[in-house]
This record gives sequence, structure tokens and C-alpha cells, in this order.
Amino acid sequence: MSNTSYQAVIARKPEIIKKATNIDYAAFESGGIGFDYERMMSQAAYSLDKICEIQRETGVGNTPLLELKNITALARQLAGPGKGARIFIKDEACNPSGSFKARRASVSVYHAKQHGYKGVVAATSGNFGAAIASQAAMRGLKSIIVQEVFDSRGIGQPEILEKARACEAYGAEVIQLTVGPELFYTFLLVLEQTGYFNASLYSPFSVCGIETLGTEIGKQVLLATGRKPDAVVVTHAGGGNVTGTARGLQRVDCGSTKIIAASVDLKGLHMASDIDFNRKSFTTGHTGFGMPFATSPDRADVPRNAARSLRYMDRYVTITQGEVFYVTEMLAMLEGLERGPAGNTSLTAAFAMAQQMGRDEVIVVQETEYTGAGKHPSPQLTFAKQNGIEVRRGNPVENVPGKAIVIPEHPRQIHVKDIDLDKVRQSYLRNVVGVAAREFCPQDIEFLAAETKLDPAIVEKKISEIQAKL
Amino acid sequence: MLQAHQGDWVQIYQVILPIGERAPQVPAETAGVPLEMWVKGFLVEMQAQVGADVTIRSLAGRLLGGKLVAVKPHYEVNYGHPQPELLTIGVELRAILEGNGNV
Repeated sequence: MSNTSYQAVIARKPEIIKKATNIDYAAFESGGIGFDYERMMSQAAYSLDKICEIQRETGVGNTPLLELKNITALARQLAGPGKGARIFIKDEACNPSGSFKARRASVSVYHAKQHGYKGVVAATSGNFGAAIASQAAMRGLKSIIVQEVFDSRGIGQPEILEKARACEAYGAEVIQLTVGPELFYTFLLVLEQTGYFNASLYSPFSVCGIETLGTEIGKQVLLATGRKPDAVVVTHAGGGNVTGTARGLQRVDCGSTKIIAASVDLKGLHMASDIDFNRKSFTTGHTGFGMPFATSPDRADVPRNAARSLRYMDRYVTITQGEVFYVTEMLAMLEGLERGPAGNTSLTAAFAMAQQMGRDEVIVVQETEYTGAGKHPSPQLTFAKQNGIEVRRGNPVENVPGKAIVIPEHPRQIHVKDIDLDKVRQSYLRNVVGVAAREFCPQDIEFLAAETKLDPAIVEKKISEIQAKL
Repeated sequence: MLQAHQGDWVQIYQVILPIGERAPQVPAETAGVPLEMWVKGFLVEMQAQVGADVTIRSLAGRLLGGKLVAVKPHYEVNYGHPQPELLTIGVELRAILEGNGNV
């Protein structure tokens, strides 16, 4: 039996991942800092037509696009003359497992089945687990989900406990762990012991599976309004949602649509902290994932991350936990849609941003997710209070992650806060320079220009400045 | 319930990494506690008491070992308590929309 110590298993990571991922990542490397991202996306996964076929087989996608007429009317009351874009929402909760994650899971599970794997494994505390379990059930594969759930007191985050229940409902083995990045160690061990497929959130299969969400939005908005969407707001965490949606929109000639990434502001909370873990009410779609994955995408469970959000986002905005709870109530009470936190994060941003846009313009919230016990505002706020978080009505600018959740007193108090994308790009380049073992070649500069949406000459200048400071 | 029988739905517990063997990058408060694991499945032994080392067959069909911690574990998620901070939002918004609120 092989050595199962932490160091020994982490040392075997490349061979374990290679066997479990079924992609020869080396084929896309150029020996430098960069790699051929577009070739990886086109060759490692499937064509858009094939993905549509795979998703049709398991009832994924083709979800309704709903116009939020009452919320639009409210936004127009608050907006200046002539302002207040039409707000639409893509009701992804209609997917088999209740979220857009079914799109990501569908292609991975199909691929695993085609290549003779007996089961699939995913490291996820979110909707992706239920999506994998659901898709695996449809295609007759086993599934194992590895979750980070509890703090050292054995207290579980309610939303994640609900996800465990959902995974088990679809027949998955759920491995529940306490807080810590060593979840990845357990994940590797399971892959090694079972020989199952690594259904990574960050593989080309997963990200290409989201492209259909972008293509559907482009087509549905055109049909409903006679124009292309002016802006699409995407809840941002690991980057796949932004990447896949934007790529899909480009495929239907909506390249000029503004892609707005939105995350809940959890600044100051450490994601690997046993204490901070249960001081947050949002388990994903927050800056604790959004920022590190934007500035260092290859920190994933595959050698090269297919989710490269900085390439696609035109703006990155944050909102507060209290604002999202308020808007969750707004969606239920004004539109008759009781939905979960992920989509409501981008809806909060869209509600504020629509007020700055013209009345003839269209802004799309590109997902909803199911809601239920544990992942509803009421159990989350009950849990927050039990964990010593102050909850009150007030001005959301007084929100302090991990200390105070301030629920707006009036919809005019809802605002987005822009993250300076130049700073995010700078941080990305600093991370690259920090690990670069050699000089940058012209191919690398070209790659980094695409990664950061900057001119190659500016990339070179910035790299020289960073190097000079080291 | 302290006693489980073969085939019962149970939960097992294991320490995956004890204190001192955690990853070097974790913050102090995390390094100071073990990495723990819970998994559910069907008891393989004829019978066992809570606290005993047992084997389960998971929903994926794997045999896993650990300490028996719960027999027929129930799901603890619920809808919590009614939240006064949320209860009036709908009424307030409807009033604004209908022109009777404070815009």
C-alpha cells in the first residue's frame, strides 16, 4: 500500500490528477509561463453542438428567461429621468439539480462515462456536488463528493449541510470534513483509491458546459427585446461562471455585451480559518474565492484552469451580505420567485446598476438557484446570530464581514462597489512574476496580454516595474 | 440510539490529520485543531455500539472504517427562526411600488 501521509500524497499529485482527469495538459504547454488556452478549450472538450446534445440527453439547459417587471419598475422609481434598464433573470433553478452547475457537471459526467470510468469525484461544498451526483445518477455512475462543512466544534454551515443532504438524495457518498485546504489531500486519496474521474470545476469540460448559458441568454434576449443584452451580471467565485457565460455570448455575436462580475464582500475573513469559517453567511460567490481565482487562476485542482475570469470581466463589483438578503426578499415578494443566494448576489448588483443605465437597455442576471432549508435568509440569519454576528436594519455601508450584517432600510441604499480592475491585473502580474523561474519570452507576453486584457507593451512595462521592485 | 445493527444507516468519524501534521500554510487557529471527517453509510458488522470502530458501505459502495458516532443520523438543516429584520421588507417594497411609500 502506498504512503498516505500528507506530504507523500501531495507529492503524487501530478500522476493522480493526470490519471483522473483524462487530459494531456502537457500538449498545450509551450514550455513557458503561458500556454495555448484557446487550443485547450477547443481540443480538450467538445464542440458547442455536441455539448448541446449531451445536455439535452439529461434535461440540462434551455431554462426560461424571465423579465423582472416589478423590480424593474421599482428601480425606475429610484433612478433619474430616462434611467432604469429592463432587468431579466435566467431561471437556472429549473435545471435538474436546481442550479446552473448541472451544465458544468453534464459534460464531465458524460466524458467520464465515455472513457470507462466507473465513478466521478468532486471537491465542492456547493451546488456542483448535487449537480455531479444528479448527472451521475442519470448516467449510471457512482459519485463521491468531498466537502468542507464543519468547524472544529463540529458546527456545520447550514447551506453546506443542505448540499450534503442533496448529494445523498441523488446517491452520492459524501465525505464531510472540517475546515482546511487539506480537503485537497483527501480528494487526491479518494481519486487514487477509486480510480474514478476527477470532475473538476476547472476543467475544459466544466467551463465549456457553461457556454450554452451564454448562447441561450444572447438568443433569448434578442427574441424578447429585439436587442442584444447590454450587460450580463455574473456571480463570481472560481471564475468558471464568468468565463463560460462570456464565451457563450461571444459565440452568438454578443461580444460587445458588458460582463459584470459580482461577489459578496467578505474582505477580512480568512477562508482557511477555523474561526472565520462560520462567521460568514455566504459559502460561495464571495470575494474570498473571487479575488484569489481572478489573480491566480491556476491555483486549481487541475494543472491549467479553464476558468480565466480576468480575460472576460469588464467590471468587478461587490455588494454586502445584508443587501443580498434584502434583495432575496425583494425577488420573493415582488416577483413571486423564491430563489437561493447565488443568483441573488448578481441580482443585487443588477438592481443597483440598472438605475445607472438607460430605459431602453437590458441587463441580465444570468442565474438563479434553488433554495431550501439551510440556504434561505432566515436560517442563515438565525445561524449568524447564534455565532455572535450582529444583524440589524440600517445603512449597508456599515456592514462589516464577520461582525455585522446590515440589512438596508430602503432600496435606494443598495449600491455596488467597484473593484479597480487595474489593481486586480497588477496583482495577477505580481503573482506570475513571483513564481516565474526564467525570463519572459514574446509568447509569454502575448499570453499575459490576453490574460489581463492589456496591450503587450503595457504588460512588458508592468513586469519590468514589478521585477525592479523585487 | 446507541446500538446499531447490520444494514442500519449510520455515521462514522475519523481524524484525517492530527495536530502537527496539518498543511504548512494553514492559519494558527486551524493548525491547532485536527482535520476531521464524517461519512454515512450502512453498517457492515452484525451489531455495534456507538464509540466502536466499525466498517460501513457508503452510497458509492465503498467500504470505509471509522468510529461509530451516530445511528440513523438525521438532517439538522431547517428554516431557522422568523427574522424580524426580514419580515417587513415585502410590505415596505410593495408600498413604494404602489406609490404609498417613502421614495
